[in-house]
Amino acid sequence: MSTALPVLTASSFTSDQDIRWCPGCGDYSILAQMKKVLPEIGVAPEKTVFVSGIGCSSRFPYYINSYGIHSIHGRAPAIATGLKVSRPDLTVWVITGDGDALSIGGNHFIHVLRRNLDINYILFNNRIYGLTKGQYSPTSVEGQITKTTPTGVIDHPLNPMILALGAEATFVARSVDSNVKHLAYTLKRAAEHKGTSFVEVYQNCNVFNDGAFSYAQDKATRDDATIELEHGKPMIFGKDRDKGIRLNGMTPEVVDLNTSGVKEDDLLFHDEQADSIHAYLLARMRRPDFPEPIGVFRAVQLKTFGDAIREQISDSIAKRGKGDLQKMLSSGDTWTVT
Amino acid sequence: MSLKPIERVRGVTVRLVGDSGDGMQLLGTQLTNTSALAGNDIATFPDFPAEIRAPRGTRAGVSGFQVQFASHEVHTPGDTLDALIAMNPAALITNLSDLRKGGLLVVNDDSFEDKDLKLAKLSTSPLEEPAMENYRLVKVGMTKLTKTAVAEFGLSPKEADRCKNFFAMGLVYWLYGRSLEATLRFIHGKFAAGAPVIAKANEKALRSGWAFGETIEAFGNSYQVDAADLPPGKYRNIMGNTAMALGLLTAAERSNKQIFYASYPITPASDILHEMVKFKNFGVCTFQAEDEIAAVCSAIGAAYGGQMAVTTSSGPGIALKAEAMGLAMMLELPMLVINVQRGGPSTGLPTKTEQSDLLQVMFGRNGESPLPVLAASSPGDCFEIIQDAWKIATQLMLPVVVLSDGYIANGSEPWEIPDVSKLEPILVEHPGPKTDDTPFLPYSRNELLARPWAIPGTPGLMHRVGGIEKEDGTGNISYDPENHQKMTNIRAQKVANAAKLLPPQTVVGPQSGELLVVSWGGTRGACLTAVQQAQAEGRSVAHAHVRYLNPLPSNFGELLSRYEKVLIPELNMGQLRMLIRSRYLVDAVGLNKVKGKPFMVAEVYEKICELSKSPVSRGAVAAKAG
Repeated sequence: MSTALPVLTASSFTSDQDIRWCPGCGDYSILAQMKKVLPEIGVAPEKTVFVSGIGCSSRFPYYINSYGIHSIHGRAPAIATGLKVSRPDLTVWVITGDGDALSIGGNHFIHVLRRNLDINYILFNNRIYGLTKGQYSPTSVEGQITKTTPTGVIDHPLNPMILALGAEATFVARSVDSNVKHLAYTLKRAAEHKGTSFVEVYQNCNVFNDGAFSYAQDKATRDDATIELEHGKPMIFGKDRDKGIRLNGMTPEVVDLNTSGVKEDDLLFHDEQADSIHAYLLARMRRPDFPEPIGVFRAVQLKTFGDAIREQISDSIAKRGKGDLQKMLSSGDTWTVT
Repeated sequence: MSLKPIERVRGVTVRLVGDSGDGMQLLGTQLTNTSALAGNDIATFPDFPAEIRAPRGTRAGVSGFQVQFASHEVHTPGDTLDALIAMNPAALITNLSDLRKGGLLVVNDDSFEDKDLKLAKLSTSPLEEPAMENYRLVKVGMTKLTKTAVAEFGLSPKEADRCKNFFAMGLVYWLYGRSLEATLRFIHGKFAAGAPVIAKANEKALRSGWAFGETIEAFGNSYQVDAADLPPGKYRNIMGNTAMALGLLTAAERSNKQIFYASYPITPASDILHEMVKFKNFGVCTFQAEDEIAAVCSAIGAAYGGQMAVTTSSGPGIALKAEAMGLAMMLELPMLVINVQRGGPSTGLPTKTEQSDLLQVMFGRNGESPLPVLAASSPGDCFEIIQDAWKIATQLMLPVVVLSDGYIANGSEPWEIPDVSKLEPILVEHPGPKTDDTPFLPYSRNELLARPWAIPGTPGLMHRVGGIEKEDGTGNISYDPENHQKMTNIRAQKVANAAKLLPPQTVVGPQSGELLVVSWGGTRGACLTAVQQAQAEGRSVAHAHVRYLNPLPSNFGELLSRYEKVLIPELNMGQLRMLIRSRYLVDAVGLNKVKGKPFMVAEVYEKICELSKSPVSRGAVAAKAG
């Protein structure tokens, strides 16, 4: 007898836990979009695992009705590695923040990306330490006044996209917490990609770093301050879609489509699969000189870590036969005492 | 067969010393295997520098391998040497003091030229010293003899020189009546495919060394060590790290689990990883992580997924894993954390042995975070201890720490191969799907206080685990003061409950009396041998070797109270002694050393004599005479 598969809805993924983020936190929006996207992906709650480290964002697993591990600071990718490698049947999400992923967990960040473990890795970037109450983070901007930098941040901020590309990540994308449609689309794309899907989400911490990404969030500014990437399309942005990005040699530049005489065909076309510095150039585009790209920077296929491990195991079984414990214990020179 | 006279001896302790590039470890391993195959009981002690190739000919670069083989039971590689084979002056000068008076000293005198002496920081040759009269010195020009022997193969001078360890091996084999067979198999297995000429040259060098012994007048006779009286069974020679790997493989099969093994290379634990990667056709998944923390964390992830998760390291790596071990304890997931101890603190003495991580694994985590701690007592016991540890881990839902040390990890002994079909299964249960609407309680508990091992993929059992204090039963985050006290008590009691799964402590010797010697880990052999010597003299002394350090066996306190004095020899400054003194208020005495070397039997024996009265009873006299 066959039974109909239960219909998954956002409420299938809603846990019974009270949410303890500050009112107005950007995390609420990300949680809402995640719950909207999960049923569309179609993986059952019991086959879904959320793994996180420490920080505001890392409370995320408690609020999803799935399996979950709220672990220790920075280590979620390592925990996800053991889980996903040994349980390929599960869909594993890592939820992290800028301190968790890029400061204390920086090592695991680069290694999980280079191995191309088949997980979805969502970085909530708010350029501040929230849970420890307002210290600067590796993505805080120079001059930012925080509790531990009363005279301004002197560190150069880390660009997570460049770091991810440097680690040869196979899927690199960026979205914005309040841009719900774009965020939902990006999360879904991440879920569909086989390999490590890295997504940076601009997330507002309205208590300790309010407005850090207002340029990308506010309706009044976001069309001019960001550029939405579309595969195979020319890079056009602006409220009136009258500005574009053109390559001048190796350097991108902003051109005014009304006044410069540059035609759409002369613009830089976005290519997610480009085997070049294309994604790197996009990652380098920073305000105020450029609009900041949102969307999928890069999406290429490469063997996943888990598949490679299982391939070696099955090759070994094919070559040597399934292991025989008694034989293995008795290997080498033996003798018998009677 | 030798035509010279053969002297039968009960046992021999030989040490082979040379440059770290001279192949002394290979020579030692081959001699060990061959002696094991001859039916001797054996114990070995490889001792090498941390540097892969320290400067040639220097004292820092000396690598040694000591083996005791005997026709009776042996528990240690021997205190003093019956024979020392030294390949250069540095090797000779750093090891000579351990050779007994009248012992056999074989040197490669081709490497005692001025330049060699200078490298060893010697102004004159030690071979010319009057002290040499204390030994039976035999000078053998091994370098030249080997070159001549292998001349027909047209090897480069360097390649020809490399054959000299096989020449030395042949000589040693002649000396102790060892068969060349196993080593010839090894040579051809190793070199025949890639370098058949090298294989032939090595065989020639080996046979030439044997023939040299038979021919030269300096050796009047050879020796014979008969087979030991071991219990019937099928045996192999095994090193501790190999036994550990095979133990894991066996425990996985017994519990019907797949192994997820994560590690970061560190001396002296790396050999376990080297073994584990050979088990891919058993479905074993190995992961060389980016660091120690990733190794332990990936194991936690695999444990949550329902695997047999294992991570291995040594002290410095365990320090890095500490926070995650606390998490695993908090999540209440079964896994194994293996610490092959080495000399500390900090980087310490990577290739030398010590037992100084006991307090680290007992207490080296934040908060109240007790874990079970078990310690292997010999190379072969590394196999057994894993079975015990995995049983405890799965029955109590806890990470379990297993201690080994550099001495037993690299040492070897004959090991009776278990019959797999006779091993009891290790039962592991996972709750099945749940369809009703009642909430699933991931932190509900059974009579041992273990929680259910609910694994992802099971419908209806979705739950979240985390490092924040959780409510008993539901596992929900809880900051309630009463709940924290309750959970802390439960976690402590759970570890204490391990004692219910373990056998009581036994002793070798009288059940009560004057002195109890308590040992743990790799010092078992030296302590047992010393106690047996003292017992043979009629001293009132017993030996308790502890394999379960936390919790200690339930009868341990009562046991201690039956002896007037307690001696705890340890290769640390008194760590188990501190635990025992504080737990049982017993005024235990220590014998402590941290020199990177195992105890000599004599050291322990002397301490026993110091603490116990001389034998007076008639029984004692009879025992002595016997």
